[in-house]
Amino acid sequence: MKLRRTTLAVASATLAAGISVAAWAEYETLAEMGYPAPKEGELVHVPPTMADLEEADIHPELKKVIRRGYDLFTNTQQLRGENVFNDMNCSSCHLGEGRQPFSAPVWPAAVTLPDFRGKNQHVNNLEERIAGCFAYSMNGTPPAYGSDDMLALSAYHQWLATGAPMYPDQPIYGRGFPAPERPEELSYENGEALYVENCAVCHSEDGSGLYEDGEYVFPAPWGDGSNNWGAGIVRTHTAAGFIKNNMPLGQPLSLSDQEAWDIAYYMTRQERPQDPRYTESVEQVLEQFGPTFHKHSSYGQVREVDGHRLADHENWGEKGDEIKPWNVGVPRFEDLEE
Amino acid sequence: MTTMRIASGLGLLLGLGLAAGQAQALEGDAERGQQAAGTCVACHQADGSGMNVSGGESWPRLAGLPAAYIAKQLHDFQAGRRENTTMMPFANMLDDQQIADVAVYYSEMPVTEAQGGEDADEALLARGEQLALRGDWDAYIVSCKSCHGPGNEGAGGTFPGIASQHAGYIETQLRAWQAGERSNDPQNLMGAIAKRMGDEDIRAVSAWLANQSVASE
Repeated sequence: MKLRRTTLAVASATLAAGISVAAWAEYETLAEMGYPAPKEGELVHVPPTMADLEEADIHPELKKVIRRGYDLFTNTQQLRGENVFNDMNCSSCHLGEGRQPFSAPVWPAAVTLPDFRGKNQHVNNLEERIAGCFAYSMNGTPPAYGSDDMLALSAYHQWLATGAPMYPDQPIYGRGFPAPERPEELSYENGEALYVENCAVCHSEDGSGLYEDGEYVFPAPWGDGSNNWGAGIVRTHTAAGFIKNNMPLGQPLSLSDQEAWDIAYYMTRQERPQDPRYTESVEQVLEQFGPTFHKHSSYGQVREVDGHRLADHENWGEKGDEIKPWNVGVPRFEDLEE
Repeated sequence: MTTMRIASGLGLLLGLGLAAGQAQALEGDAERGQQAAGTCVACHQADGSGMNVSGGESWPRLAGLPAAYIAKQLHDFQAGRRENTTMMPFANMLDDQQIADVAVYYSEMPVTEAQGGEDADEALLARGEQLALRGDWDAYIVSCKSCHGPGNEGAGGTFPGIASQHAGYIETQLRAWQAGERSNDPQNLMGAIAKRMGDEDIRAVSAWLANQSVASE
C-alpha cells in the first residue's frame, strides 16, 4: 500500500532500491533547504496527510475521529477555559500539523510509547504523554484518559504513524527540536536585540504574540499567554532547537547557531506562569527538579539585567490557583515487583 | 487588549520607518484623507474597491486594509523600496501627512467584493483553499492564514487582508516576489514563501482568495 512505502530505514542497500528513493523524494525539499539528509540507519517516515485520510481504506467512523483529533490539534483553543488556559495550539510548536521533521513531529510518540519517561519517572503511554502537554505547554489540565477528546488526539497521532514500525530500534530522522551546537557564550543583550529585529514583528516586543479579533495569529513566546515553567521548551537548548529549525516562519535555518541560542536565552529568561510542580517555593522545585529538568532552564536564576529572580512568584496564569492539572505528580506502578 | 497590541505593532513599524530615515508619528485623519485621495479614485475607485483587469495591471482593493500597511507601501513607493511605474508618480504627490490621512481614509472603508478567478475549476480552488488555510508543508509553503490572520482578513498593521482581494493583483504580487521585483516585506516573510510556489499554486491561491467574501463589521 502507498502509505507503507513512505517508511524506510536508510541504509546504503535500501537507498539503491527504487522504493526508498520514492519515499525520500518527499523530503527532498528539506535537504534543499539545508536540513541534514538522513544518516545511515535512521528511520525515515513520511506521515500521511489529511488528504490521504480521505482516500484511506479505514472505517468511516475512525476517519471522523481522526478528523476530530486533527481539528483539536490545530485549533486547541476550542478547549480554552476547560483544558487550555493560555493562547497556544498544539500546532503552535509542532508545525506543519504535527508532521514536520525537526519541528517535534508527533508520530514518534505513537510508536515509542509506552516507555519510561524521565520527566515523571514512570512508564507513560501516548495519552499520558499528551496529558503532559496540557499541564505544561497549554498551562491547563488534560481531558480525561479515555475521553472523546483524548481518544481523538491519540487517534490523530497514531494515524500520522501509519506504516512506521512499533518500537523502532533505529534513531528517528527529524525527531524533536535538535539543538545546534551550544556556543561558548550566550548573550542576553544580543538575544534581545535579535528578538526585536527578527521576531517582534510577529510575536510583539513584549512577547504577547499577535491577536486579531480575539483570535490567535502568532503565539506568545512568554507571559501569561505562553507555556508555563514546566514545559519542555523552557529548556534553553530546546528553545534554541525550535528557533534554529523553524523560525522565522518560512525561513528555517536562516539564523546562525549563535543567534538561535542567544534568542532562546533571552526568551527563556522572561516570566511565564508557574511550574505546576511548584507546591511551596522555588527552592522546593529546584530541590526536586533542579538536577534534572531545570538543569537546562533558567528557573530560579537571577536575571543579570534587572536582578529579577525568575519564577519566584505564584502567578498561575489564566487558570488561577483553583485549577490544578490532575495528572501532575501522580506516581504509577508503585507496587510492581522488581 | 487588541488595540494595545495593534498600537505596539504600529510603533514597531514606525520605528522601522525611522531607521530608514522616514518621517513618522503623524496621525491620520479620514476627512483630510478624502481630500487627498482625489487622484487615487481613478484607479482605486471611490469605494476603494480597485479593479481586476484581466490580462493587464490590476489595481488593488484598498478598502479595509490596515492604515499602517497602506502608509508603509506609500512611503516605500516614494523611497523606491517598492517599484511600480504607474503608482510611483501618484505616491510622490503625497506628503507625509497626506499619506497618513489617505491611509486612515481607506482603512475605514468596508471591504468590497473582489474579481478574478471566476473561471477557476474545482480542483484549482481546492488547491487554493489548501494553501490559504493549511499550506503545503511538504513543499515548505506555510498557509497564508498563518500570517494574514483568521479568514485571511489581515493581522495587525503589518499583515494586510488578502481575502476578497483581486486575483489579478495577488498573482502579480506573488510573481513579483518570486522574481525579486518586490521585496519590501518585513524580513522576506512573503518572498521566502512565494519563491517556493509553482505557477499553478499562485493561480490557485489568487483565485480562491478573490472568491472569498469578507463580511463588513
